Amino acid sequence: MKDIAQTRPVPRAINWNRLQDDKDLEIWNRLTVNFWLPEKVPLSNDIQSWSQLTEEEQRLTIRVFTGLTLLDTIQNTVGAPALMADAVTPHEEAVLTNIAFMEAVHARSYSSIFSTLCSTAEVDEAFRWSEENAQLQQKSRLILDEYDATANPLRKKVASVFLESFLFYSGFYLPMHWSSRARLTNTADLIRLIIRDEAVHGYYIGYKFQRGLERLSEAERKEIKDFAFALIFDLYDIETRYTETLYDPLGLTEDVKAFLHYNANKALQNLGFESLFPDELCKVNPAIMAALSPNADENHDFFSGSGSSYVIGKAVATEDEDWDF
Amino acid sequence: MGGLVYFSSRSGNTQRFVSRLGLTAQRIPISPEEPMPAPRAPFVLVTPSYADGQGRGAVHKQVIRFLNDPDTRQHLRGVIAGGNRNFGALFALAGDVVAQKCRVPVLYRFELAGTETDIARVREGLDRFWKTHFSTAI
Repeated sequence: MKDIAQTRPVPRAINWNRLQDDKDLEIWNRLTVNFWLPEKVPLSNDIQSWSQLTEEEQRLTIRVFTGLTLLDTIQNTVGAPALMADAVTPHEEAVLTNIAFMEAVHARSYSSIFSTLCSTAEVDEAFRWSEENAQLQQKSRLILDEYDATANPLRKKVASVFLESFLFYSGFYLPMHWSSRARLTNTADLIRLIIRDEAVHGYYIGYKFQRGLERLSEAERKEIKDFAFALIFDLYDIETRYTETLYDPLGLTEDVKAFLHYNANKALQNLGFESLFPDELCKVNPAIMAALSPNADENHDFFSGSGSSYVIGKAVATEDEDWDF
Repeated sequence: MGGLVYFSSRSGNTQRFVSRLGLTAQRIPISPEEPMPAPRAPFVLVTPSYADGQGRGAVHKQVIRFLNDPDTRQHLRGVIAGGNRNFGALFALAGDVVAQKCRVPVLYRFELAGTETDIARVREGLDRFWKTHFSTAI
């Protein structure tokens, strides 16, 4: 016999023409327009480039990608679904289903890279490594503990933003590094699609976090903020050890750490908080920044470069019919 | 010193950036129902970017509405754009779109709510920009 209290209520049909929060539709549109699949990237063009990496560099790359696969798997199967239960609008729930699915696409795309470039034995070894790597398991555990159904909805969002806007970057660094040296450039194109998606996810979940925070008392807000900074410290501690293990042999650890600091600050900004790391610790290698956003600095701006080198931005198609002066 | 007008959605990134500048600024409202600022003296616009993967929709509708007033637009002297480098080549694209449409320079680009370095550079840059602007305008 089923108890009435346990019976799931019939949800209301979702009406996208009646929004409680415009951000839901804005993000839905952004995410659906940005939809992609790994098949769209010609990964096989990287086969020759892959063969030019040393065995050590190849092993590192595969391991880094299995680490990223694990985080995407968590976000796909646990993180985004856990946030759905806390959605305050039906449209937010729908956006989260998109986020969950795209995380599955991300996780799937690493396997596309593997099947194009690597041997089965190498990949199997890396997946075994990911199951045994202490730091990878520790950071996953910290995040999963917050996703636990009994946890506070805002703490779940903090964990989610830290996963999407911070934890991925010790891994994203490597394909950006290869790309800056004209290696694995198609793989880098695919990773940039993932990086773009993660920015929207972190922004949106951070936005929803801020809306939730507004409804709390001063004391409760402080408690959540203290929790967020404590969690990022713990995660950062794990990330530095993870970074050293992976990147010390290539002499890249300090470079990766600057990238971690820079992204930790951005993760905190997504939550509406101030930065943690001072600017001098966030000086990311310009080659990595250029790999992250190619051509973005083509036009020098007035304040940071010489004004004379400024050129008026290149023509961009705008499709808004009211954009006519 | 010229004026400063900004748009910020409820994510609050641009709002936090502008408030840290510590300069007087007028806000373009989020809601189309609310009155639009109508500056009648030289000003700089601070705007975030919203482009999709193809670069469409970079400039927020409310910013477009604001600039659609020719009397406002003629006083625009430059644009400062917010964004996120994760969007690759489209980083802070709204700045380029406004610059191109209105024939004004992109003065600066920043990410999310900006860093301390960004704040210092923009404060110093605006100060220099207006000094030059008003000395040559006379």
